[in-house]
Amino acid sequence: MSTRRETLIGGGAVALALALRPALARATPETMAAAVAAFTKGLAVKPGRVTIDIPPLVENGNSVPLTISVDSPMTELDHVNAIAVFAEKNPLPNVVTFALTPRSGKAVVSTRIRLGDSQILLVIAQLSDGSFWSQKAELIVTLPACVEVL
Amino acid sequence: MARALINVPATAQKGEAVEIKVLIQHPMETGFRTGPDGKLIPRDIIQRFSCTYAGQEVFAADLYPAVAANPFFSFFTLATESGPLVFKWTDNAGKEESQSADIAVT
Repeated sequence: MSTRRETLIGGGAVALALALRPALARATPETMAAAVAAFTKGLAVKPGRVTIDIPPLVENGNSVPLTISVDSPMTELDHVNAIAVFAEKNPLPNVVTFALTPRSGKAVVSTRIRLGDSQILLVIAQLSDGSFWSQKAELIVTLPACVEVL
Repeated sequence: MARALINVPATAQKGEAVEIKVLIQHPMETGFRTGPDGKLIPRDIIQRFSCTYAGQEVFAADLYPAVAANPFFSFFTLATESGPLVFKWTDNAGKEESQSADIAVT
C-alpha cells in the first residue's frame, strides 16, 4: 500500500514528465532558421510565385492534404528545381523536399503531411536561375499529430 | 514488402503533362512516439522517393517524419516516349523497393 507521500511524489513525476514532453518535441526558431538556411544556402528569399493549397482549419494533424503550385513556365531555361516545406512547431522543421526537372511539365505537387500544432507553414521554391520564392500558410490544428499515447 | 498503388495514365499524347499519383503502404513511424512500455518506438520512414522515366529522373522527394503514414504524392511529367516509369523508394534502414508502370505515348 502506498503512502500519501509516495502518491504525491509519483503524481509530481508524472506532471513533470508531461510538462517536459512538449518542450522536448518541438523545433525552435533556431533549428527552423538552420533548416531554411541549409536549403537556401543563406541566399535571400523573396515572397511570391508559390501557391499553397491546404485547409486553414485542420481537424486531424496526422494527415493533412497539401498541394503546392509554383508560377513557372517549366522550360529548360526557366523551371523549378526544388520545393521545400517547413513547419516550425513540428519536432523536426523539415517536412518534405521535392526535386523537379524541366520534364515535370507543371510545377504542381501534392502530398499529405503531419502537423504537430497550430502554426505557420513555410514553403520555399528554388528556381533554375538560383532565386528563392516563398509563401506562408497559417493553420489551426484541432488534433495535432504525435501526441497520442499508445 | 510494402505495397504501392501507382496511377499512371495508360496512354498520353506526346508533350502532354500527365499527372502521376503514388500511394505507398508504409507506417512512417516518426521515432518521436513512445510505446506502451514508455520507450521510444524506433524510427521507420521512407527517406527518398524517386521516379525515373526513360532513364532520366523526373521527380524525387526527400521525406522526413512529418510526412503522413502511407505517403501519397501526386506530380506531373511530360509524356516524351512510351516505356516504363520506375518508382523507387528507400527507407531509413537502407532497404530499397521499386515498382514500375507503363505508359504508351502517341
